Amino acid sequence: MTTVDVAAGQAVAGRQAQFRSCPFTGLRVDLAAQKLIIANAVAAVIFLAVGGLFGLLVALTRWPAVHLLPAELFYLVLTGHGANVLLFWIIFFEIAVLYFASAVLLNSRLATPKLGWLAFILMVVGAVMANVAVLQGDSTVMFTSYPPMKAAPHFYLGLILFAVGALVGVGIFFATLVIAKEERTYEGSIPLVTFGALTAAIIAVYTIASGAIILIPTFLWSVGLIGTIDPLMYKVVWWGMGHASQQINVSAHVALWYAIAALTVGAQPLSEKVSRTAFFLYILFLQLASAHHLLVEPGISSEWKIFNTSYAMYLAVLGSMIHGLTVPGSIEAAQRRNGFTKGAFEWLRKAPWGNPAFAGMFLSLVMFGFIGGISGVVLGTEQINLLMHNTLYVPGHFHGTVVAGTTLAFMAATYLVLPLIFQREVAFPRLAKIQPYLFGIGAAGISLFMMGAGTLGIPRRHWDMTLADASMPYEFSAAAFLMMGLNGVFAVLAALGGIIYIVVVVASALGGKKVDASRPAWQFPVTSAAGANVAKYGSHGTVKLPGTIILVGVFFVAFMLYYYVNWKYLSAVWPLR
Amino acid sequence: MAVTPPAQRNWWKEPIERVELIWTVLAFLWGIAMFATMILWHVVGKQNLANEAYRISPDVFMTRTEAFAKKYKVREEGKTGVPVVRPPAGADVYMLGRLWEWWPVLELEKGQSYRLHLSSVDWQHGFSLQPINVNIQVHPGYEHILTITPDQSGQYGIVCNEFCGIGHHQMTGKIHVVERKPQ
Ligand code: HEM
Ligand SMILES: [Cu+2]
Ligand SMILES: [Cu+2]
Repeated sequence: MTTVDVAAGQAVAGRQAQFRSCPFTGLRVDLAAQKLIIANAVAAVIFLAVGGLFGLLVALTRWPAVHLLPAELFYLVLTGHGANVLLFWIIFFEIAVLYFASAVLLNSRLATPKLGWLAFILMVVGAVMANVAVLQGDSTVMFTSYPPMKAAPHFYLGLILFAVGALVGVGIFFATLVIAKEERTYEGSIPLVTFGALTAAIIAVYTIASGAIILIPTFLWSVGLIGTIDPLMYKVVWWGMGHASQQINVSAHVALWYAIAALTVGAQPLSEKVSRTAFFLYILFLQLASAHHLLVEPGISSEWKIFNTSYAMYLAVLGSMIHGLTVPGSIEAAQRRNGFTKGAFEWLRKAPWGNPAFAGMFLSLVMFGFIGGISGVVLGTEQINLLMHNTLYVPGHFHGTVVAGTTLAFMAATYLVLPLIFQREVAFPRLAKIQPYLFGIGAAGISLFMMGAGTLGIPRRHWDMTLADASMPYEFSAAAFLMMGLNGVFAVLAALGGIIYIVVVVASALGGKKVDASRPAWQFPVTSAAGANVAKYGSHGTVKLPGTIILVGVFFVAFMLYYYVNWKYLSAVWPLR
Repeated sequence: MAVTPPAQRNWWKEPIERVELIWTVLAFLWGIAMFATMILWHVVGKQNLANEAYRISPDVFMTRTEAFAKKYKVREEGKTGVPVVRPPAGADVYMLGRLWEWWPVLELEKGQSYRLHLSSVDWQHGFSLQPINVNIQVHPGYEHILTITPDQSGQYGIVCNEFCGIGHHQMTGKIHVVERKPQ
């Protein structure tokens, strides 16, 4: 059903690009870009499958009544879980997003697809190498690999290769932006989604550089060429990568929120200026947020901690809070223009909840804000961090951001990528429909129950909360055990959601029906009548957004209450100075 | 539309919506409030982590901790006979983390302040005092000195919450807080 037109690559550099034109959007899609997007997305899903399985095994082991794995295997699998999901799944998918946001959205050819394949191969080799190192059993150091704990050299080497590959991919994104501009494949400024991707790419450069600065010496240390690595210095630089890279995720998934909102309900930004400024805040202010991983370390002053967690973090949080208004606001505005104007919430009730792209996106938005966002700010408060550092609260928080937020948003986006880029219809549409709910509820559950267990003192990365073999006995409360049981139950739900996602993607990619552009199973407002109504720029005249105002109001109150409740908790512990 | 170039080329001249403006200002002020709260807590709050820390070699820290334990040891406790150490009120007290225990056990008086020296002699460990849930990172090579004032008597467990190898989940310690002896 696809028309492939061979357009001469106009570039001086002169690659003859082959394009097809997209039957839904009218965009020209560079076939080389399309192949790379597919390859990276498929790799992402494979590493999600592996890493997700590891996550389930970890959660089942931490379920006291099940306690599945023996200790050694538990720590090994936990190391594998962190690396596969946080690094490999997310970054492969992000590279796909970058290629999509540059070549496809800008109607352009992709710069140097050959290098794109080199990047892909480096990343695959690196990821496989790190996995081999972990599975061999002598690299059980967690994905953070804090020295003086030492992994096998090929563990670090794998991570370095992966990072280099990702850096090349990011470079191709920048080069594509340049080409698109030179070849005038679009009018005016780049789209907001591409702008968000650009934000992610800029942060990625910073991040990968920090990663290289610290991992290369650590690699040399592991092969014996360097004597020692200072553990505190390591952490400062490592988290320059580790945290800033979370801002890549945020930028990428926020960009996808906007994209999905546009493609499913025809939303457009309330104001381009505000949304772009909010992205820009990420670049300006997240770089030193590594500070909030160091709030209870010795030898770092309170002034440094406060300055870096506040100026750097709060202004970036400001960025997220702005998106937290503008994304639902743009959806509300679009839905009202689509005719859902009754009361404060008809626009929301009548939203396309049966479309997994929309459902996943909206759940991701809400849970990222309420669970991941609020807990992150609280956790990152200088003194309050004392109550939570390295307890299960921490994984609880970031399953709210990176699982309920980023992962769910990526999953949602996949339901659009399948027809648009794979050109396949989504297989098992009934299953796909419930997938975001299952995974979302599961992810929310594991986040909340791990946070709960953390407030009761349960340590993270810990095999045995009964402390049965410990030198000095200590008993955690019964409530804490209950939390870990519930965590196990919701982990099973999340895993089910994850499995359905993988089955749907694999089935669609391998055996799905080719999309029939004359009768697409999915309606894209870009081409539908609703799209025409909202094609006019901007918000003038439409912006009465009572529903969104209520939503952000509830969010704001919840945020303030939870924040100060934690100060109250803090005031009850031993005085300490 | 967010996936297409802005419809108006001079989008930066667009007026900002009022809701957006109000929300942005509100969120910004909230950031300031949170910033101020942290600073304020340094003035009025009683729980602020000490900034006092020194570089120290693990051997030296071990020697000091052993000398301290020997000097004030009152009895032994646990399967492995860890010394229970009862220093006088206001004293400098030492606790080290190592694979896989917090050593020694301390016995402190309620309401008294102590200067607690924390360090590790091998890998990083996480000092996690339960059930009050106070968590401090412990590094080899850095001696962290904090003044603590236990304000309730009882038995406090210490677990390790920084992954420190295969015995991580066996790593515990203890602090007893006892009523002040009548003078
Ligand atoms: C089926 C879905 C998942 C389940 C059931 C699950 C469960 C868990 C559990 C129980 C832990 C262990 C906490 C601890 O013992 O310290 C954990 C750690 C972690 N999870 Fe997940 N998770 C899932 C998906 C994900 C995804 C999709 C991501 C990232 C995108 C992720 C990122 C992480 C990270 C970074 C850690 C920390 C590893 C470490 O401490 O080194 N998880 N997960
Ligand atoms: Cu330890
Ligand atoms: Cu440990």
